[in-house]
Amino acid sequence: MSWDEFFVTGDPLILASQIGIGLTMVGLIALITYLKRWKWLWSEWFTTVDHKKIGIMYVLAGVLMFFRGGVDGLLMKAQTSRPELDILDAQHYDEIFTTHGVIMILFMAMPLLIGIMNVVIPLQIGARDVAFPKLNAFSFWIFFAGAMLFNLSFVIGGSPDAGWTSYFPLAGKEFTPGVGNNYYALSLQIAGIGTLATGINFVVTIIKMRAPGMSWMKLPIFTWSAFITNIIIVAAFPILTVALLFMTLDRLFGTHFFTVAAGGDPMLWLNLFWLWGHPEVYIVVLPAFGMFSEVIATFARKNLYGYKSMVYAIAGIAFLSMLVWVHHFYTMGNSAAVNSIFSLTTMMIAIPTGVKIFNWLFTLRKGRIQFTTSMLWSLAFIPCFTIGGVTGVMLAMAAADYQYHNTMFLVAHFHYVLIPGVVFAVFAALYYWWPKMFGFKLNEKIGKWHFWLFVIGFNLTFMPMFFVGLDGMSRRMYTYAESTGWGAWLGFSAIGSLVMAAGFAALCYNIYWSFRYASRDVGNDPWNARTLEWSTASPAPHYNFAVVPEVETLDDFWYKKKKGETGLKKADLKPVHMPSNSWTPIVLAGAFGLVGFFLVFEWIPLAIIAAVGIVIGLVANTFDYDDGYHIPVDELEEEEREWRGDLE
Amino acid sequence: MSAKSHGFPWNLLVGYILSIVLTLLAVFIAFNTDFSNNIIIWVIGILALFQAIIQLFMFMHVTEGKEGIINVINMVNSLILALIIIFGSIWVLTSGHASMH
Repeated sequence: MSWDEFFVTGDPLILASQIGIGLTMVGLIALITYLKRWKWLWSEWFTTVDHKKIGIMYVLAGVLMFFRGGVDGLLMKAQTSRPELDILDAQHYDEIFTTHGVIMILFMAMPLLIGIMNVVIPLQIGARDVAFPKLNAFSFWIFFAGAMLFNLSFVIGGSPDAGWTSYFPLAGKEFTPGVGNNYYALSLQIAGIGTLATGINFVVTIIKMRAPGMSWMKLPIFTWSAFITNIIIVAAFPILTVALLFMTLDRLFGTHFFTVAAGGDPMLWLNLFWLWGHPEVYIVVLPAFGMFSEVIATFARKNLYGYKSMVYAIAGIAFLSMLVWVHHFYTMGNSAAVNSIFSLTTMMIAIPTGVKIFNWLFTLRKGRIQFTTSMLWSLAFIPCFTIGGVTGVMLAMAAADYQYHNTMFLVAHFHYVLIPGVVFAVFAALYYWWPKMFGFKLNEKIGKWHFWLFVIGFNLTFMPMFFVGLDGMSRRMYTYAESTGWGAWLGFSAIGSLVMAAGFAALCYNIYWSFRYASRDVGNDPWNARTLEWSTASPAPHYNFAVVPEVETLDDFWYKKKKGETGLKKADLKPVHMPSNSWTPIVLAGAFGLVGFFLVFEWIPLAIIAAVGIVIGLVANTFDYDDGYHIPVDELEEEEREWRGDLE
Repeated sequence: MSAKSHGFPWNLLVGYILSIVLTLLAVFIAFNTDFSNNIIIWVIGILALFQAIIQLFMFMHVTEGKEGIINVINMVNSLILALIIIFGSIWVLTSGHASMH
């Protein structure tokens, strides 16, 4: 590659972004230096192993990526709003739908969900941190390195343009020679290491670190859903690792796993991609189900209806999630037996999902419902997600799918699943757990603006896409003729996307407003909730619980409140053992990012040199004998008195 | 982790070397022998099985710890997943039009 191809040039939109990114970075560095915050950033955030701070960083990264992916979406909507527009050319449109998909799934949904899991799970099970705090920090930083590497493709080298699924043979070197798809393979690989480590970390945390007395059927439902999610992560992400490795070998070193030439099989890529990709859908949607369950139970003032059936439904979905991958490519030309079996398994998923929908409805029945913002998200989720689910059953029928396949109908379907299923859940969770993260609530009034704008905008945007899809519009079309008659539908849809963007802007304004003006006097339990995280201060102290709680029932905190047993006895305080900060995770992740960057450009010697950095980092890490530190009783007592008043 | 060591980790070293040897052996058999494809696939499949057993005993300490039942669930689960992935893929990719190339 010659140097004049290094930076992406020739497009005013991208040039403006390059200048914008440059100025923002210089501005940020200048601002941090001016405020003398570098040391604070390093010691409080960059090297932290505190699960709550790591969670907050995940959420921040997720919201930023939501913005990037959202702008991609708006550009696509603008381009297709009228027939035969040329805001974007075909190549640029290809790049944008590719980055939109990858970013929204892997760099928006995943970090937001993992971030909330990070904040909430140790608090819900009465633990002081996750099982491997340093590994947790590494998970975040290596995810972040992967995300940044992927975003770099926008200004350096060129974006990937073969779709978020990057099907072979198109994604191979033969048909896509630039570095864009190298970015895809390597940044996903790097971020995937982080996700896999998170999966192992949370499985161990939930098995090993539950508070005394918290047997499996007393586990809060969100923790249950997260537990099963992380098991699916551990099962499914290695498949992506292998598939991406094969892709990298094909593109960089001339092997033929997926090429048409020399005995490779492009269909093997589809097969492996969806063996990971379908479980991935459940990885993002199951924790969301858990979040809704917590919110609905809290604001209906009832315990969750059918807790056990909920657990079995989640486990059932997890098992079936590994058995349905072929429904993404019925039209590949499988035998009738293959398509029939996978049709059946796919339709079976509707059964446990239906169980969950009815559990939520019965939880609401005769409840004293409070219409807080997070409850509104949960209520809107049920009908919107049901539309997504029912259209999913339509797509599940292999014969009918030959009509729907790769049309806008499919695109509308999965947005109706993923936006209510994931984005609504994340919003509900943010409004719900925000006080636990920051010590103040998000403003409810602005929150309702956020809610109504976003939900109405969402339906306006995606409902018309069902109809153009049924009318034959295929996905990923960058323009269309006026005679198709789709202009009105898609114009409508484009206006909807602006309303949705206004909803997102309301969220950003809400965060800003609440940081500045919201009351800091929210107490430890602002929603009168049911689970353990609300029994400690808001924001949660770095040691989480001064005394590890003893659990007797499901929704233990609720019953302790009723019995008036939430106080803290001074005699129970003991020094608390905490892990120390570490610089190895961020440095190691940086080395991974560097290796990835050099491999993207196929600068092998440089990549090897950077890889030596990884080995040195790993070796240095094994010589880290830091045993952590103890928080003395005096300090605990002082911090607890601050919000409890006198101790018993 | 504490600074106290439990002696030299022979287990890990032996496991590591065996893993490398088994992998190189598989590469050698695939590239440098004249067996039929069928035999090669069987041989490297069996080598992979040995490798998995080495991983379980030398690195994953399957014989240590008290979690007997959790270990069993784990292994059964992994086995089912592996069978689904391998035989599912073979079935999907060798039936129907996909195999006609």
